Amino acid sequence: MPVQKEWTDQKIENIVGNLLRAGVILSAVVVLCGGVLYLIKYGHVPADYRIFRGEPTDLKSVSGIVRDAFALHSRGIIQLGLLLLIATPVARVAFSIFGFAEEEDRMYVAFTVIVLLILLYSLIGSASEV
Amino acid sequence: MNILEFTLLVWVGALVAGLLGALTGLGGGVVLVPLLTIFFKVDIRYAIGASLVSVIATSSGAAAAYVKEGFSNIRIGMFLEIATTLGALLGAFLATKVPTSAMAIIFGLMLLYSAFLARRPRARPPADESPDPLATRLRLNGSFPTPEGTRHYNVRNIPTGFSLMFGAGTLSGLLGIGSGAVKVVAMDQAMKIPFKVSTTTSNFMIGVTAAASAGVYLNRGYIDPGLSMPVMLGVLAGSVLGTRILMKADTKLLRLVFSVVILLLGLEMIYKGLAGRI
Repeated sequence: MPVQKEWTDQKIENIVGNLLRAGVILSAVVVLCGGVLYLIKYGHVPADYRIFRGEPTDLKSVSGIVRDAFALHSRGIIQLGLLLLIATPVARVAFSIFGFAEEEDRMYVAFTVIVLLILLYSLIGSASEV
Repeated sequence: MNILEFTLLVWVGALVAGLLGALTGLGGGVVLVPLLTIFFKVDIRYAIGASLVSVIATSSGAAAAYVKEGFSNIRIGMFLEIATTLGALLGAFLATKVPTSAMAIIFGLMLLYSAFLARRPRARPPADESPDPLATRLRLNGSFPTPEGTRHYNVRNIPTGFSLMFGAGTLSGLLGIGSGAVKVVAMDQAMKIPFKVSTTTSNFMIGVTAAASAGVYLNRGYIDPGLSMPVMLGVLAGSVLGTRILMKADTKLLRLVFSVVILLLGLEMIYKGLAGRI
């Protein structure tokens, strides 16, 4: 039994490793593209991060970022890349649910669902409390 | 300074931070926030937002390499992530309430602690005892490959480890760091998990923990694309470069120098916080 279990664990971990790598590369490419556009457009403007103003509404929510990025706004594209980066570990957790389910490990399916719900709450649910 | 110059300078700074973080194993996140707040005069809330994003990038990038080696234990990771993600949510909400001067002081104290940990020799864990019933029930005990064959290990002190992980998550969410040092202490010292398994599993957990606070940060407007872009790309490039050189470099002196830098940055953060200049 242990041999079978470890083999499956290893298989899952390999897929997870590739998933993480792909997520990071994809997000870095998107951020870089947005960054180049951003510098071409705003490179000459004086930089000022001394005072905290917060971000405009459309750069704070998942739907707003996607809308902005598809309108080809440079800051929206960067933010979409960052969102993809944040989504990478979330996808890893979501995938682990299938992994543990395949091993029929109900306890760990439950643990993983709890972690996923916390992550989704942070990404989507926490916005409404502002 | 215009945005182009600012972006390039921040990118270089982040690259160096990522490089040193990877070479010394202390993580680049701890020096990023002081670098941005002290040298670039960035508001600490934008700084922790950008830092947290870069933490996800390096953790996921490194974890991709580690998981294939078979050292990390995904059950330990997932179980403890319940604690770290809950802590991270709490930390991120605290970050929106705590005054920035207090955040600077807490950050400074955390830097002093990291510098102390980096200098302290690591105690050898004792030989394995009988398995802890709770660890058996939670299926946390595992094994990893060594040159002499597969080595099994038993996990202990789960309630202590779980609580420490909640604290590590809170720190991560409050300060925008990976808090890998606290995670390794929880696993290696408290739970008696072998060091190699602790460090790789910790790295694996850092990204998920950071993602839990990143959502709150994003919704509160702490993640600025113009600042996060050079920080994330710089740290990522630095850490990739760092892991490449790591194989052949002697990091003992570097570790000493870096821990002194962390110590000085910690003192500076505490001073600025106390003086109310952050």
